[in-house]
Amino acid sequence: MTDNSTPLSSRHVIDRLGIVIFALAVAGLFCPFVLFRANRIVAGEARYALDALPGWPGYFLLAAVGTGAVLALLRLDSRLRLAVSFAALAILAVGLGWAVDSVTPAGDKISRTAPALGFWLELLAFGLLAADSVVRLGLKPLSRIALLIAVSVAIATILLSGIWSDLSVLREYANRADVFWREAATHIALALGSLVAAALVGLPLGIAIHPTKRLRAVVTGLLSAVQTIPSIALFGLLIAPLAWLAATVPAAAAIGIAGIGAAPAMLALFLYSLMPVVSNTLAGLDAVPPAANVAARGMGMTDAERLLQVQLPLAFPSILAAIRIVLVQNIGLATVAALIGGGGFGVFVFQGVGQTAMDLVLLGAVPTVALAFASAVILDAAVELVSVKGRT
Amino acid sequence: MIEIEHLSKFFDETCVVDDVSMTIPGGALAVIVGTSGSGKTTLLRMINRLVEPSSGRILIDGKDISAIPPHELRRQIGYAIQGHGLFPHRTVGQNIATVPHLLGWDAAKVSARVEELLDLFQLDAAEFRDRYPSQLSGGQQQRVGVARALAAAPKLLLMDEPFGALDPIIRARAQEDLRQIQQRLGTTIVLVTHDMNEAIHLGDRIAVMDRAKLLQYDTPQEIVIRPATEFVGELLGSGERPFRLLSLQPLRPYIEPGEAPGAALDVDASLRDALEEALWSGRAAVPVRDGAGKTLGRVTLATAIRQAARPQ
Amino acid sequence: MKIGALSRLAVLILLGVFLARPDWFGWLFTPLTRNGQAAIYTQNSLLNLTLNHLAIVAAATLAGSIVAIGLAVLVTRPAGREFLPLSRTLANAGQTFPPVAVLALAVPVLGFGAAPTLLALFLYGLLPIFENALAGLASVSPDVQEAARGTGMTDGQRLLRVELPLALPTILAGIRISAIISMGTATIGSTVAASTLGETIIAGLINSNLAFVAQGALVVGALAIIVNTSLFAIERHFSRYRRDQR
Repeated sequence: MTDNSTPLSSRHVIDRLGIVIFALAVAGLFCPFVLFRANRIVAGEARYALDALPGWPGYFLLAAVGTGAVLALLRLDSRLRLAVSFAALAILAVGLGWAVDSVTPAGDKISRTAPALGFWLELLAFGLLAADSVVRLGLKPLSRIALLIAVSVAIATILLSGIWSDLSVLREYANRADVFWREAATHIALALGSLVAAALVGLPLGIAIHPTKRLRAVVTGLLSAVQTIPSIALFGLLIAPLAWLAATVPAAAAIGIAGIGAAPAMLALFLYSLMPVVSNTLAGLDAVPPAANVAARGMGMTDAERLLQVQLPLAFPSILAAIRIVLVQNIGLATVAALIGGGGFGVFVFQGVGQTAMDLVLLGAVPTVALAFASAVILDAAVELVSVKGRT
Repeated sequence: MIEIEHLSKFFDETCVVDDVSMTIPGGALAVIVGTSGSGKTTLLRMINRLVEPSSGRILIDGKDISAIPPHELRRQIGYAIQGHGLFPHRTVGQNIATVPHLLGWDAAKVSARVEELLDLFQLDAAEFRDRYPSQLSGGQQQRVGVARALAAAPKLLLMDEPFGALDPIIRARAQEDLRQIQQRLGTTIVLVTHDMNEAIHLGDRIAVMDRAKLLQYDTPQEIVIRPATEFVGELLGSGERPFRLLSLQPLRPYIEPGEAPGAALDVDASLRDALEEALWSGRAAVPVRDGAGKTLGRVTLATAIRQAARPQ
Repeated sequence: MKIGALSRLAVLILLGVFLARPDWFGWLFTPLTRNGQAAIYTQNSLLNLTLNHLAIVAAATLAGSIVAIGLAVLVTRPAGREFLPLSRTLANAGQTFPPVAVLALAVPVLGFGAAPTLLALFLYGLLPIFENALAGLASVSPDVQEAARGTGMTDGQRLLRVELPLALPTILAGIRISAIISMGTATIGSTVAASTLGETIIAGLINSNLAFVAQGALVVGALAIIVNTSLFAIERHFSRYRRDQR
């Protein structure tokens, strides 16, 4: 029992997080909205919202953001707060497109205009408001996925509509659209391929070592040691054996195994993925109630039947949780593959760092983060769904 | 002495303690008994200000407790709860020393006190002092919990279902220990339980609560003989009332001179024990002896049966 | 555990000798070179790179621990409780950001060198510590909290004597996870010109000299394992009260 004796008179109309959001949004209004550079190399010139959006659109944007900030202050229904945040974000998105459009000289193809501090602060403020509303709504798993799809569709619509086509990141994209989709495919292949391989190996491995205490200790010890090796180091360490393999076994070279490239990246991601799969399989099997095992034996199930009908179904939520961990981890780690020529979104990130072209970094980083985030939301929802089902 | 005056507590709109008044004399063991949700725990927690009353007041030895800062008040009052609430990261010795440390006792005094208490609860200091709670059995954990509550020699001890997590045999031992320790130290104890047996067994005074109200506050005898409401009667269990009454009566006043066959009862036993013994062994009377083994006389089955009837 | 401590010591000694006298081990790396490339990286002393690497990781982890534990304490007090659900979600969502992205995005703010690496390590390292500190503080049982209040501890005493000590093993696990992630991210810090052990690996990749790659990777790997097992030993020490349960 907790102490509920605090007086309830403190239930005021101002929301505490709202104060933070209000402060961020208002601060954002006093910061530059976009940054214009005549070309990729020169220093940028800051443009405030009213400069970038002359006339009524500028005032409308300021008024909309201001209203949103004030509404965020108030203790309103969470659904209303979510609507306010989405409206503000939509207005900001369109406003950004217009601002970039009006700042960019007509017909110009080499200038680069990017969002500036003001825009980022507004994005942070209303993003926080949206996140907080979603958390407070306590959405069910399927509703969360639906919301994710709705947001994805909205973003896709904005991208396809061309409102943002003069935005610096999208100009970088336009210059290398083919490469972008090729690297995207590589990235996903790396992350998913290593996950599938790890699941195919890790699950039987976990089941096999589950009964033997010594074997468990050895295998989990080894795998967790692998996990502590920094990614770039593991990628690097794998180059040597694979180069040797490619040099000595022609068949290996023929199927694309080489010291540098996707092969060591794939192998490294696979090794990283094994630990969560194996340890969660073990934990899932451990969590099977002893009574269920005894009852299954008592009913005359063979070991195989018991595994398939009792143990694995009960361990499934735990195994699915491992898939979530591995997928999110792999999507992030796959960026490092670019350093050893393995491709993926990391190519843009490291090229961007090399050329001090932040737009290029964003072109690699934003899709990576979006992919990881979407996978996390979907798999979290899935884990919740199967766990709830298992309990009732 | 604890005086509770017109005490009420509301959580949001629901009333959990409704206008309760009672006085607990110094040195008494008062038991608050009731079903879960009756408000008994809230009433207890208002005595050390873990919960603040909505209205009414509590005086301890004439002083209004709302004038004492909560943490200072609590350091003067022992508090033991179900599942003992021992700090898992501290050893037995450190757990017991919690309040003495908060009160700033010097190390030697604390150490001596810890030893004294472990001794009092029949735990070997050398063996148990440096163990962690997870290394103790349930009964040992419970004893350490009470020892911790008594560490600073409080004049008042509050106990919330202290024996709730124990199995019946260990529970009976723990109850016996508590009675002895209370008699020895003269501590005033307020104990909350849902178990009427425990209440009758331990209490000098019993307060029966139901749905936020205090239904009856009286001696165990009065509660058994004259339950104030039907609910109190139900709580006692109608089939067991004569036996409860007998269990409250010591043998001594009913010893008569004469012989009886078979094994003797100890003089500290109750009439209920005598009845059971006589019925079970098929005897019309059982001999009674004192602690030294000297036979004092006998108690007859007829006496026991007569005393089981409801006094008019 | 004796064997663990011994092998940890052995790895540490081997690493120390290698860092002090890398040239003694040249023969080991020569087979990895081609066309008479140098077998040992000499642009920068391996010892300096290692110390730099460790310093950056230690500074970021320390700062991250202080801030993360402070925040976790704040949002678990009655005054900050309103921020708890959101901050938990943010910490969770924040960890879906790849450390590399955080690192790359810190460059425009701070330029090249150690500074963006430090910032990225600090920001990213916050999250696991914060999450674990929250979990640790939340896991203190209501019974124990109640008993602490009942014994007359003030709010501050309760935090310092009961809640934080009980949450410590979980918090330490968070610090360990954070430090290990930082060890790896610091390596990638070399791509933004931070002077860390990643330098040898990147140099090896650029010059196709596997010897450089291998020695950088081996040193980082050994460091990571030593740091991990040492922090794990500390963690075990502080959770000793949980063992030997009856």
